[in-house]
Amino acid sequence: MAKKSTKKAFLSGNEALAYGAWEAGLKVACAYPGTPSTEILENLSQFREIDTQWSVNEKVAYEVAFAASVGGVRSLFACKHVGLNVAMDPLMTSCYTGVNAGFVVVVCDDPGMHSSQNEQDTRWVGIYAKMPVLEPASPAEAKSFVAEAFRISERFDTPVILRMTTRISHSKEDVALGERTEIPAKPLEIDIRKYVMVPGNARIRHEIVEKRLTKLKTFSEKTRLNTVEAGSKSLGFIASSVAYSYVKEKYPQASYLKLGFTYPFCDEKIRAFAKSVRQCVVVEELDPFLEEHIKTLGIKCKAKHPSFRLGELLPDFMEAIVEGRARKVKPMKNRPPRMCSGCPHWTTFSILKKMGFFVAGDIGCYTLGALPPTSALHSCVCMGAGVTFNEGLRRAHPEGKIVGVIGDSTFVHSGITGLVNAAYNKARGVIFILDNRTTAMTGGQNHPATGLTIRDEPTKELDLKKLCEACGADYVDQIDPTGNLKEYEQLVADRIAADALSVIISRHPCKLIKRNM
Amino acid sequence: MDKKVCNIVFGGIGGQGILKASEICGWAALYDGRHVRKSEVHGMAQRGGSVESHLRFGKEVYSPLVEVGKADYLLCFHEEEHPRLKPFLKEGGVDLIGYLSRVREMIENPKAINTAMVGVLASYLSIGQAAWMKALETVFPAKILELNKTIFLQARALRDAV
Repeated sequence: MAKKSTKKAFLSGNEALAYGAWEAGLKVACAYPGTPSTEILENLSQFREIDTQWSVNEKVAYEVAFAASVGGVRSLFACKHVGLNVAMDPLMTSCYTGVNAGFVVVVCDDPGMHSSQNEQDTRWVGIYAKMPVLEPASPAEAKSFVAEAFRISERFDTPVILRMTTRISHSKEDVALGERTEIPAKPLEIDIRKYVMVPGNARIRHEIVEKRLTKLKTFSEKTRLNTVEAGSKSLGFIASSVAYSYVKEKYPQASYLKLGFTYPFCDEKIRAFAKSVRQCVVVEELDPFLEEHIKTLGIKCKAKHPSFRLGELLPDFMEAIVEGRARKVKPMKNRPPRMCSGCPHWTTFSILKKMGFFVAGDIGCYTLGALPPTSALHSCVCMGAGVTFNEGLRRAHPEGKIVGVIGDSTFVHSGITGLVNAAYNKARGVIFILDNRTTAMTGGQNHPATGLTIRDEPTKELDLKKLCEACGADYVDQIDPTGNLKEYEQLVADRIAADALSVIISRHPCKLIKRNM
Repeated sequence: MDKKVCNIVFGGIGGQGILKASEICGWAALYDGRHVRKSEVHGMAQRGGSVESHLRFGKEVYSPLVEVGKADYLLCFHEEEHPRLKPFLKEGGVDLIGYLSRVREMIENPKAINTAMVGVLASYLSIGQAAWMKALETVFPAKILELNKTIFLQARALRDAV
């Protein structure tokens, strides 16, 4: 069937993206794990030509990867949608400086919140940061779009956002494989006006950013990433990402304007397409990003009922969307996730539950401690908040029965600054570092306190006990929660009774860790 | 080649090897020259919760998800999950739940349930033997490959034994 024997593989969107980035000559890639983005770096780390790392958090990852681009090699940063919030500080100004070699920002949104605390729509960041946004609709496109993203980044001297979603990252497709193109590093050149963002320079760069947006808009009108698929004149769809796949499946005869380069918007293309069909329907997941813009152009089009802004779209919804009907909420009968049997976190939660404490929680496997019948975790907002919520809640209730819990990886990611803050501002209480020696929820990735790199190679091991002492905790104890229940209970009682800032490192490895201990 | 798109829903609970099962079928369809799309869940949902994987293959496939009432085959690995997954099956679709207890009797290691159920499914699909074997070779490491091939073939024969 095939004319020549192309090598094919059955790849997820994340695997395909990694492969495409490798082919495109990627040299440096950084990330902190986060579902649904984790496998991008895991797969990139398999390529010896690419310098990969698990960074301490997304801000650090963004900066290291971005600086590699400024240094002159193609680089990539990957995160989940909420991870991008952590990296927003460097992101906003990296748009001003621009790049040297290509720099791609991969963001995996999680419509439906399969494994997330919110369902923010990253496409808005394109408008906010004045950065181009690409949206692949399939794993095969994730692979080809990442190469295109590097070219756009270099051509327009800008970071480029490649926006994935769970159903692109975690769906698989047969994908054709190619070869790698090596790209020599560009020289590191001193350019103070481009890379030193003091007000005088930044004002000039802002002008460049605005001019660049106009050029990107022209590009958006021409690029093959935004294609018209001519079909029936009676019905036309403007769609992007996985929503395109769903609607195309249901209405194969219709006309399509498939948007792969979503921002800046291709106004003229959209106008011409809308004019070419009798009925034009916008189909997109989450926020009315395309819809609102298209309506401000004065173009008549239909879009999904507002009830569909919540949760992920499904192929089953396409008729309702075309007909303007509301989403019918089906009762979810899914079996909820739970902590594994034998998980070392159980002991800590059983002790805290017995003592009747308000437990400020954090992001990780231990968040599952909030679910019945345990119900022993009482807040979860973002990375690091297990530490800072303990302090803030105590400021409201100085005598309250309040503690904080946070995982080892999460503590390194965002807990350290909160602990320094607590010590500096004379806060009290007990912080439990539930140290299972891995980033468990995302499948067991290494972090600084494991002493192993992304490739399982030994490296400097962060000493959590010394670190917490240096942060200013009055007591830092380390205990194995399994098989020591009496001793553990006594320790918790002692530290809670003390008028002090204490850290208890409850250390026992997750039984799902793959590595040889 | 069959031009119709084949829709398969796999489901059960975390830890049963459901993603591996749909992975084997995906590679087999690929080796058989089909266009394949598959969806799965990772992360929090995997921690003992409901796990679902959809597989679709044919000449041209767009959606990675199967609509309710459109599945040709349902492979459910856990009786309690069956009522939730049943609506995916189309009228006249094939429900392999009846094989579950027989497959459990057949295998010694409960971990092999995924390979065994895929073996049963294979007896219903038009994918060639060579593609299946190549798929097993792709998915399993050498030291457990032969065992899985044996289980696959044994389970595939179950249908004829009815």
